[in-house]
Amino acid sequence: MTITAQAPPELRALDDEDLESLLLVRHFERKLLDLFAAGKLNGTTHTCLGQEYVPVSLNPLLAEDDFVFSNHRGHGHYLARFADPAGLLAEITGREGAVCGGVGGSQHIFRGSYLSTGIQGESLPVAAGAALHFKRNELPLLAAVYIGDGTWGEGSVYEALNIAQLWELPLLVVVENNGISQTTPSAANMAGTVRGRAEAFGVGYHRVTTHDIHRIRAELAPEIERVRHQHQPLVVEFETVRLGPHSKGDDTRPAEVVERARQRDWYGGYRAADPERFDRHDHKVRELIDLVAADVLERPLVSGGVA
Amino acid sequence: MKRNERVGENLNRALHDVMAAHDDTFLIGEDVLDPYGGAFNITKGLSDRFGDRVLTTPISENAILGIANGLALTGNKPIAEMMFGDFITLAFDQIVNFSAKSVAMYGRQHPMHLVVRCPVGGRRGYGPTHSQSPQKHFLGVPDLHLFELSPFHDNTAVLNGMIELGKPSIFFEDKVLYTERRHQEGLVADLFTLEFVGEGPFPTARLSIDGIGDPELVLIAPGGLAGRAVEAARELFLSHEIACAVYVPSALYPFDVSVLADPVARAGRVCVVEDAPPGGSWGAEVAHQLYSHCWQSLRAPVRLVHSADSVIPTALHLERDVVVSSRSVGSALRELVR
Repeated sequence: MTITAQAPPELRALDDEDLESLLLVRHFERKLLDLFAAGKLNGTTHTCLGQEYVPVSLNPLLAEDDFVFSNHRGHGHYLARFADPAGLLAEITGREGAVCGGVGGSQHIFRGSYLSTGIQGESLPVAAGAALHFKRNELPLLAAVYIGDGTWGEGSVYEALNIAQLWELPLLVVVENNGISQTTPSAANMAGTVRGRAEAFGVGYHRVTTHDIHRIRAELAPEIERVRHQHQPLVVEFETVRLGPHSKGDDTRPAEVVERARQRDWYGGYRAADPERFDRHDHKVRELIDLVAADVLERPLVSGGVA
Repeated sequence: MKRNERVGENLNRALHDVMAAHDDTFLIGEDVLDPYGGAFNITKGLSDRFGDRVLTTPISENAILGIANGLALTGNKPIAEMMFGDFITLAFDQIVNFSAKSVAMYGRQHPMHLVVRCPVGGRRGYGPTHSQSPQKHFLGVPDLHLFELSPFHDNTAVLNGMIELGKPSIFFEDKVLYTERRHQEGLVADLFTLEFVGEGPFPTARLSIDGIGDPELVLIAPGGLAGRAVEAARELFLSHEIACAVYVPSALYPFDVSVLADPVARAGRVCVVEDAPPGGSWGAEVAHQLYSHCWQSLRAPVRLVHSADSVIPTALHLERDVVVSSRSVGSALRELVR
């Protein structure tokens, strides 16, 4: 994908809940990078800066018992669903209150019907299995799986799409196409298109180019209902941007490419929609995250062992 | 139960029993539907009887295991079939990184009721990519359990045991066994008395010669090698008057050496046989445990017998030189007592 410079699109103001959800992810990710820079985090992390609106848009379209499968870049997916920054930060830092006992860390979270793993493409066939379970038990539920543009390099994606269409499974594939896989641009990774891949299997396809959460929901609501009730699998491709590095300090993109991505950030667009209200919430959520981080980092380390 | 039941018939009946008993069991694999019933007929009758719980798939081993994982994750008890065990390499990621890791990597025990069935082994002339014994590649994966089909164990008990374990299991099935008769009562090979030692659904079969005190040798063989092991032990007794007890475990890994430690210590000489080539093998794992438990009592190094360090050729006369035979086991046993 080529990122072209464009003015921030006009975005319609959000209600408080959506705005705070977006900002929660934004400030959580920023805090993580700060903590890394300060030497307070171990291992690695993959932030979703720039992509926060994707799970926030989808959240009300998904039922509580829909099974959501996330990936290595999953903090936004988790926070949009659970609004639990303390549990996630405790997990990432191995401290008490960790949502998975500190064993899973950033990339391996399992809570209710939400699960993430660190292997690209692995969860597509797993999600197909969960979708089969829902269909067979006549539950009005679907399995949603977040993947990236780079994930299409994995054969498991194609095996699962083929079966999902053959067996008419309620499977929703959400592609966060940020145009880059770690440091490799899509142009060097993908022949053809995501649309062409979906169409090859006869799987429904929808492309989202806007950051406007109201519009995204209006576009996707009927499509997702078809997945849920008519068991028609669907690929939704979000044309999005990754503002930060792949993990910590490994952004090899030229400055102008990163700058062009920044110009497309939702943050400025939503601020422009209602600056006073935006700043008020921005300040509030930033303070909340500061407090959460201070609290979590004071907690004792998890004791280890699997309960 | 019929005395002349074949091992494959017993396994097929076990699948029928388990699927009838549990509404949340699934059978998923390639070409498993009736009237074909799987490449080795082991799933015969299941799709006619259980309908949408028997799922035939495209040629997609990764997805077979992925879907089985998704079913297990949502509380079902899937049984996945690899048409040939060799193809399990295509599902390695799903088994090692998802089935097994999901048990503990989320900070609490999460049961994964999942069985992967794998027809393995040579002696059918299927050649290098359809004859392997890949057990060794799955050794030492936390929470992954390995079992092997035998001509002695009742598969309903074994299959129920695996499916209730709450940990993913791989069941290695020597494909030559499918058409062989099961042994249940009476003498095995006109000489050996069959008993089971150890607790639970996975006891170890013990074949010993009546009226002989402590045997001079212990031979440990997984189910696929049981026939060749018994034949070698029989020949050793009839031709050389050397008594050898044969132990056939059902559970390969984690391997519980406790039921073997005492008889091995008393005999002082032990041989472990398997169909895989040498190097990082199940036999080496068993040998290590025997050294740890029986070091003071061993009178000779633990003897391992493998197939040759070679691919498995297709031509019968070439394959014969590579795979383990009762003769190669017999000569290893004779060297051990020398």
